[in-house]
Amino acid sequence: MTDRFNAAPRAEAGTVIIDLIGVLDGDSAASLTEAYMVAAPEADRILLNFEPMTFMNSSGIALVVEILARARVEGRAVHAVGLSDHYRHIFEITRLSDFMTIHDDMATAVA
Amino acid sequence: MTTWTQTLRRRITRRAAADAAATQPDGEQLRGAEASTVEIEPNDPILAFLQSAPGPVELETLELDSPAVRDLREAGVALVVPLISSGELIGTLNLGPRLSEQGYSTDDRRLLDSLAAQAAPALRVAQLVREQEAEARERQKIEQELQVAQLIQQHFLPTTLPQPPGWSIEAHYRPARAVGGDFYDVVERPDGRIAFAIGDVTDKGVPAAMVMAATRSLLRSAGREDLSPGGVLAQVNDLLHGDIPSRMFVTCLYGILDPRNGELRFANAGHNLPFLQTDDGADELRATGMPLGLMPGMSYIEVEHTLVAGQLLLLHSDGVTEAHAPDREMFGTPRLHDLVAAGSDKRGGMLGKVLTELERFTGMGWEQEDDITLLSLRWEREAAASTLAERTFPSLRGIEREAMAWVAEAVVASDLEPARAENLKTAVAEAVMNAVEHGNGGDEALPVEVRVEQRADELVVAITDRGGGRTIPITETPDIEAKLRGDQTPRGWGLFLIQSLVDAVRESSDESRHTVELVLRTDGGEPR
Repeated sequence: MTDRFNAAPRAEAGTVIIDLIGVLDGDSAASLTEAYMVAAPEADRILLNFEPMTFMNSSGIALVVEILARARVEGRAVHAVGLSDHYRHIFEITRLSDFMTIHDDMATAVA
Repeated sequence: MTTWTQTLRRRITRRAAADAAATQPDGEQLRGAEASTVEIEPNDPILAFLQSAPGPVELETLELDSPAVRDLREAGVALVVPLISSGELIGTLNLGPRLSEQGYSTDDRRLLDSLAAQAAPALRVAQLVREQEAEARERQKIEQELQVAQLIQQHFLPTTLPQPPGWSIEAHYRPARAVGGDFYDVVERPDGRIAFAIGDVTDKGVPAAMVMAATRSLLRSAGREDLSPGGVLAQVNDLLHGDIPSRMFVTCLYGILDPRNGELRFANAGHNLPFLQTDDGADELRATGMPLGLMPGMSYIEVEHTLVAGQLLLLHSDGVTEAHAPDREMFGTPRLHDLVAAGSDKRGGMLGKVLTELERFTGMGWEQEDDITLLSLRWEREAAASTLAERTFPSLRGIEREAMAWVAEAVVASDLEPARAENLKTAVAEAVMNAVEHGNGGDEALPVEVRVEQRADELVVAITDRGGGRTIPITETPDIEAKLRGDQTPRGWGLFLIQSLVDAVRESSDESRHTVELVLRTDGGEPR
């Protein structure tokens, strides 16, 4: 339980990226929301980087849904990168993948 | 001759005077209108008279005590020309008086006679064609009804049967041509027990198929309410009563079997008794009760029995025991008893054995009298359950990750495909979260017990909390569109994930504990 979550926004090659670091669960809400609030005004396109994420549960999925819902209202696109095969599978069965563009690697994600 | 007398009784068309008209035995006119009819009774002497008359008959001079003659005269008929084909009176040509007001001459009569001789066979052919068409229509109608009945029936029979580890459950259903109302059903309940039913609706065809469909659906619905077998039958009986035609009823045997320990509990609404194959023969398991749909407010006695590995339970419909040999001898219950007692080692062997014997008994070209249904539940071998690991976790926030890592370690030797192992880990994490938050209400002092077992062809992770009496709500696929619109909470993914990531989820509870079992099949069958 030492694996605390941190959502860190940054800009790279003109893309606003939020790195999701550690465990994405119910306790991650504040950090993720704050990162989105900081990042959102900077771009119409937000890239969520799941690469440094070690674990995600159903509460974490709910947080991603919240971000997606908010971005939709604001007319922003949400992209994702760095998903393991397992979480990509979960994004497919939950149909999250129908509402965000999922990239295979960072190079194509920021292109 | 029968055709003529039967149909002539119905009507003979009569025409306005001076207008000749031929009638057909079915009363339809060949041409013209303004016709009324004359009924001729089959015992009217005019029929016998016309049958043997040498030619056209003048009604005016006919001395015969016949109501038909009187009626024909009143209708203005002067001359009746009998139409005879192959020695049978098949119709008459009825003529009014001549327009010249003179009587019919000898030449007229000769002409009419030869006309009748040619018209009669043609009329007979027309009659036969009509009869055949009517028969064909009737046959087609019956055939269509049979097809509808068969479709209904087939739609409501299970396409696959659950196969708990160590068990072999098999069924055979063969409809009679006329389609009786047999049915059977086998369902795995959420707690891992097997509910089964076999039944027979009185009557045949579409009505029986409709009642069969309704009964099957009611049984399934009652079965979901966690009732005992007697409770299921009592509820279905009350629902059926008043809804089905008074002359119809349904016999049905309903049971619940725990494949893990062989515990069987069943109740019977007037259906044939099941046979249990034992080490030293076969026993008829006896339970009685009123058929469904006859009277409301019935209660059904429940019978309990514990099967041991190696035993087989055989259920059947009366289409089996009441099948007849060519010499009208009946197959009978004792014969079926002996077959079960003699046993069969092969998988699916018992059904094959009964059917082969039935075919031998009834002989070649047997027109099956009633639907035949057989259902067998065989406990082939004790499902060797071995506990791979067992541990208790405290109800702490975030403990699910520790439990998940521990389970991953415990199943290493099971050699799961990496993707399936990942799926199991996530399902375990979700189930443990539920146990902590919902089952134990976040009370740190309450334990969550996790046990990993290999049972025959299944790897099972059982997660037990102290939330007794709780059941998992039926999971629907979350509606992500509604969540994104803000119409629904973004949460609510846990149960969906659990059910999507393992092959089966079973749950059971008593007053103080609630257990969820996450099942992965390890025999290569139907993985997710």
